[in-house]
Amino acid sequence: MSVLVLIENIEGNFKKKSFELVQYASTVAKNMGTNATALVLGTCGADAIAALGAYGAGKVLHIANAQLNQLSARAYTKSVVAAAEKEGAKVIIASHDVVGKTVAPMVASRLKAGLAAGAVAYPELSNGFVVKRNVFGGKAFAFVNITTDVKVMTLLPNSIQVAKGEGTATVEALSVSFDAKDFAMQVKETNKVTGSVPLGEAELVVSGGRGLKGPENWGVIEDLAATMGAATACSRPVADAHWRPHHEHVGQTGGTIRPNLYIAIGISGAIQHLAGVNGSKTIVVINKDPEAPFFKAADYGVIGDALEVTPKLNEAFKKFKANQH
Amino acid sequence: MKILVCISPVPDTTTKIAFSENNTQFSTSGVTMVINPYDEWYALVRALELKESGVATAVNLVTVGKADAESVIRKALALGGDEAIRIDSDSNDPFAIAAQIAAYAKSENYDLILTGKETTDYNNGAVGAMLADQLDINYVGFASKLDIASGNATVNREIEGGEEVVTGPLPLVVSCQKGMAEARIPNMRGIMAARTKPLKVVSAVDASALSQIVSYELPAAKTGVKMFTIDQMDELVAALHNEAKVI
Repeated sequence: MSVLVLIENIEGNFKKKSFELVQYASTVAKNMGTNATALVLGTCGADAIAALGAYGAGKVLHIANAQLNQLSARAYTKSVVAAAEKEGAKVIIASHDVVGKTVAPMVASRLKAGLAAGAVAYPELSNGFVVKRNVFGGKAFAFVNITTDVKVMTLLPNSIQVAKGEGTATVEALSVSFDAKDFAMQVKETNKVTGSVPLGEAELVVSGGRGLKGPENWGVIEDLAATMGAATACSRPVADAHWRPHHEHVGQTGGTIRPNLYIAIGISGAIQHLAGVNGSKTIVVINKDPEAPFFKAADYGVIGDALEVTPKLNEAFKKFKANQH
Repeated sequence: MKILVCISPVPDTTTKIAFSENNTQFSTSGVTMVINPYDEWYALVRALELKESGVATAVNLVTVGKADAESVIRKALALGGDEAIRIDSDSNDPFAIAAQIAAYAKSENYDLILTGKETTDYNNGAVGAMLADQLDINYVGFASKLDIASGNATVNREIEGGEEVVTGPLPLVVSCQKGMAEARIPNMRGIMAARTKPLKVVSAVDASALSQIVSYELPAAKTGVKMFTIDQMDELVAALHNEAKVI
C-alpha cells in the first residue's frame, strides 16, 4: 500500500506546484499510515529527482523514456497504472493542471477507481475518504466520498503551504513497454510563453478588466505585475475582445485560481468572475464605480480610475521593495 | 465522418448557488438550466462547422439525464445537429456518466467525440478522458483548435505555459475550450426545426457511481472591505504586508 503522486516534468525541472503536490501526498500517506512514492516521466537529472525527498517523497519511480517528455494521454496513463500496480497504490494524486486533468480521469477509468478532481484540502479519513473540492466553478465546495478501494484525485495548486524539509529520495528506474498506439498523437509544434509566472500556481496575481479601456493600456498591469513578481490575468470580456490571450481568463468559464493576493483592476466583479477567484486569500479591488459588486468580495478597495490608480500602486510597491533590501 | 457531441445541462452561470436538506442537495428551485457553455460554444459549434464545410456527414448529440434534460438538448438541436440521444440515467459521478455514453457509443462507430473541457457545475472535466479510455481510443484535452483532413486530426491543445499542436488518426475524443469556435445564437428556423428532430431515449446500462457527494459548503463571506484613497497607496501596500501578510 502507498500513495502515488504524478509529478509533471517540465524539461527536467519541477515547478512549485509539484513540490506542493509531493508534500500533500506525503501528508496524505502519513495520515493513512503509509509512504508516498513520486512518479517522474521522461528525461530528468538524478539530482533533481532525488531532491523531491525534501518535500516528503521517500521514493521516486522514474520512467526515463524520452518519448514521455511530451504529454501523451495513453502513454502517461499506462505509466501511472504500471507504477500504481508496482507500489500497490491505494491513492493516486496528480496536480489539477492540464497534465493531471488529462491523465487522472483516464487512470481512474482504467482502474475503476473513484475520482475527485480539484481538491482544495486534505482528505478527511474518519468516515470514508472525503475530499473537499471546488464545484460550480468555485461558487461552492462539495465534499465527495470516494467509495472505491483505489482513489484518484487532483489537487488545485496553492491549496496548502509548501515548506522545504530535509531528505533525499531513493530513485528507482521503472520500465514500461509502450506500443505505437500509445504515441499515435504526435506533437508537431510547441509554443511556450517564456519568462512569465504561470497563472495557476502564482501566489500574486494582477488582473485587468474592461476598466483598462483597451489593450494598449495593458502596460500598467504588466508594469505592476513585473514589480511584484506577479502573474497577469483578465476578465472574460477582455479575453473575448482579444485584448489578452484566453489562457489569462479567470472566472467560471475560464481558469480557477487561488493566489495569496489577487488585485482586480477595472473588473466589476460579476458572479461568474468571482467564482474563479474567490479562493484567493486576499483580494484588492480597484474600480471607479463605488457600486461595483466586487467591493463586497474584497478585503481592500480603492475607488478610482484604473489608469490613474495602477501606476501609483506600482510606485508604492517599488518603494516597498526598495525598503525591503 | 460521424461526430458525437456530449451535452450536459448546467445551471445558468448567473445562478446564485444554494443548497437544501442540510446542505446535501443543490437547490434547483428558480434555477434556469442551460447547455454547458463549453459544450455549446466550443464542442457543438465546431462540430457544426465541420459538417457545414463538408468534413462531417452527421452530428449527433448525446446527454445523460432524466426527462427534464430534454428541454436543454432541444436548445442544442436548435443550434444544429441531426439527432439527439438521451440516456435515461442520472448521476454526477463522472465514471458513471462516461460508462453510459461509452455503452451507447461503442456500437455507433463515431469518428470524433467532442466534449466541453468541463461542465460548469461539477467541474471534474473527466468524462471525455474516461470515455476515450473506455472506448480504447485516443484523447486530446483542452483543445482550442481542431481540424480534420483525410482521417487525421490536427489539434491545438493547452500545455503548461503555452500550446502544442498534435496530430493523429481518428477515432478521437477531444475536450474543447475557448478558441475552438465562436458562440452562435439559434435562429427561428433552427428553433422550429429542433422541435421535429429525432430525440431518441436509450435505457441506461448498469454502471455504478464510484463517488458520492456527501455535502456542500459555500465559501466564507468576506467580513468587509477596507477602503483606501488614490493617495494612500503606501498605506495599502503596508496593509498587504503587515495585516494581510501576503507580500
